Amino acid sequence: MVARGKALYGVQCNFCHGSDARGGEGGPNLLRSQIVLSDQKGEAIAPVIQNGRPDQGMPKFDLTAAQISDIAAFLHSFRVGGYDVSRDRPPSILVGDAKAGESYFRSKCASCHSVTGDLKGFGAKFEDPKQLQQTWLMPGGGRGGFGRGGQAPALNVPPTTVTVTLASGQKVEGRLGRIDDFLVALTEADGTERTIRRDGDTPKVEIHDPLAPHRQLLPTYTDKDIHDLTAYLVTVK
Amino acid sequence: MTKIDKLITISLWLLPAIVAGQGLDSSLLTKPLTDSWPTYSGDYSGKRYSKLTQLNQSNVKNLTLAWTARVTAGAGGAPSGPGGGGRGGRGFGGGEQTIVGGEGTGEAVGGFGGGGANIKGSILQVNGILYVSAPDNAWAVDARDGRVLWHYFWKTKGGTHIGNRGLGMWGNWLYMETPDDYLVCLDAKTGKERWHKVISDFGEQYFSTMAPVVIGNHILVGTGDDLDAPGFLQSFDPETGDRQWIWYSVPMKKGDPGLETWPSLDAARHGGGQVWIPGAYDPETHLYIFGTGNPTPAYTAGNREGDNLFTCTLVAVNIDTGKMAWYYQTAPHDTHDWDATQTPVLIDGEFNGRPRKLVATAERDGYFFVLDRTTGEHLLTTKFAFAANWAKGLNDRGAPVRDPEKDSTVAGSLVSPTNGGSTNWPPPTYSPDTGLFYVPEHDGYAMYYLTETDPRGAMGLGGKEELGVGSLGSFLTAIDYKTGKIAWRHEYPGSGGGGGGSSGLLTTAGKLLFGGDAGGNLVAYDATNGKPLWHSHIGQISNAPETYMLDGHQYLLTAAGDTLYAFTLY
Repeated sequence: MVARGKALYGVQCNFCHGSDARGGEGGPNLLRSQIVLSDQKGEAIAPVIQNGRPDQGMPKFDLTAAQISDIAAFLHSFRVGGYDVSRDRPPSILVGDAKAGESYFRSKCASCHSVTGDLKGFGAKFEDPKQLQQTWLMPGGGRGGFGRGGQAPALNVPPTTVTVTLASGQKVEGRLGRIDDFLVALTEADGTERTIRRDGDTPKVEIHDPLAPHRQLLPTYTDKDIHDLTAYLVTVK
Repeated sequence: MTKIDKLITISLWLLPAIVAGQGLDSSLLTKPLTDSWPTYSGDYSGKRYSKLTQLNQSNVKNLTLAWTARVTAGAGGAPSGPGGGGRGGRGFGGGEQTIVGGEGTGEAVGGFGGGGANIKGSILQVNGILYVSAPDNAWAVDARDGRVLWHYFWKTKGGTHIGNRGLGMWGNWLYMETPDDYLVCLDAKTGKERWHKVISDFGEQYFSTMAPVVIGNHILVGTGDDLDAPGFLQSFDPETGDRQWIWYSVPMKKGDPGLETWPSLDAARHGGGQVWIPGAYDPETHLYIFGTGNPTPAYTAGNREGDNLFTCTLVAVNIDTGKMAWYYQTAPHDTHDWDATQTPVLIDGEFNGRPRKLVATAERDGYFFVLDRTTGEHLLTTKFAFAANWAKGLNDRGAPVRDPEKDSTVAGSLVSPTNGGSTNWPPPTYSPDTGLFYVPEHDGYAMYYLTETDPRGAMGLGGKEELGVGSLGSFLTAIDYKTGKIAWRHEYPGSGGGGGGSSGLLTTAGKLLFGGDAGGNLVAYDATNGKPLWHSHIGQISNAPETYMLDGHQYLLTAAGDTLYAFTLY
């Protein structure tokens, strides 16, 4: 059973989760995953494997319950040298200076955000400071999604919108679906979906990315700025 | 080698020329690319540049689909394996016999991601036959209509099934690496297995994806490993499968060169440096030039202080002896799993006012290098990925100096590029017509968290959590090799850079540049300025486009997942 699971794991899981199941290319460490730890015979990991985690970049896998049970047997066969609880709970990422973070917030963030307005109670929404840190860096998340600490809290992140000015002068606006050099797809306010052909600069396409200021800040942060701001935001309860 | 052996070897080496019309004429490998695609990069130079001009800027808008063919991985034509429901279609034309080999049980079927075949490798085209591969699977396909002629399936023992980069060919024989670490030799006419040989230790977590490169009577074979095992390149005899030589990318014993760049022999022997992408070959010097992978443990690097030679290094090995002629380390002491295995490109061109024989490479960590390929002399380094923030500048050898502040930390370190890199294995291309080196570029950021605080560190790729936070863009980027400066960038549209091109690239003497974008388009660009001239929405391109002449017509061939697409002009 373990051998069968090892073969299946090798083919399907190795690359992302690592051959030692302690994390690989993009995928988290499975040996200390709470789901894996609480799993007995594959019953707990099956929904994750079969449905994937599209928001975190994990595809779904077409595996049977019996195969998943073999994979579980393989995962549970690990005896990681020196394994202990401290490995399951890495030290807190809160090393920053909340006061310095507050002053950073005032100078860089306060033009758009307020801790008594849109960010009221922000720190209380997160159990895991790492998740809070990832969220303020890029609300909605980039590749890799969120690690520990369960589901991300619901945030009111406005969608990216697009304005297309047709040759007639008519403007079409809506939520951006997909875009490449040859078409742009959007959903208008009334729910109408439109896909519009692009040919070079015609029609004119303007993307409105509400997170553009967050992107523009990425090259400017020092790691200390990030840690300080996180230390401050966890206090915003 | 005895005299008789030598005679046999020489006569066998000549064999391909004698049976031209069926097997591969090895002289094709050193000629400009026209009517075949006989090795990973088309020819040995790594340029992925074709001399063909039938298809050019004036007529590329008329490029049209000649045929499409879907291949089916696994033991049978009908999907019957575990979870086979989603496997989908049969090979176009159907009816081909699947030849089954392998040492495993056959339990684990299909590609990475649970779906069908994913063609991430180069496709050989020799005498009108295409030779196609995916992990555990090889097919011969009629280049005129996409009919599958034979299919070979290898029952695996397991191993990482992330991809197979293609087949190698010598005369009538094909060579394939398997994820469970065998080199399999097949009869190109029938797909029947001739022999298979163990190339690395499956128990040590090696997995093998590289396209074998055939040079003379050497089959060059590399492997991968994500668990602190030493990397190496091996050469095998094409007839017997016996090993001719092995070159380790880390010191393996006392006295080995580079040992002074490791704290201990033990650290060196667990230091990685896997060789998993084919290199380039210079027939004049008999030097095979290739990049090595990252040192291991990849992220918790405290127990491997030093430059960690010869990981993340461009290496030139003499093909006849297996001895290293020169090396240049592009990333001393990498701490982000940024393999330096990108395809090196041989350029014959002017540099600082005089003609030189060069090798250029654009690395996963965001830096571009030009060296003299006969001596390894460093000529130029530039940063091509503008966002890359992990280095403090260049050392006296011209290599980027890692900023230890940008290693993974418990509280998180904001680093560009992401683990996926500024670029990755999808091959770049170089056009002698434009003098430009083209590479897919991605400028993303990730937080790198150290999760293993045990001073012993973690193994392999463990001990960290890498979480993406956003992107400043993805680009098709053209670099002037003479200066290392960006000639132009074509930005893939989208918010925050959208998605980049995930495929490799191709240039032609028709002043065309081909690649796939993230929207699932195969695109022909103007090679001089990156303007799109033609496209076809066929789905995510999973390899690099190729081109060749067949029956007087120029074809463009690419793969999207399990499906081949051949375009031509009528």
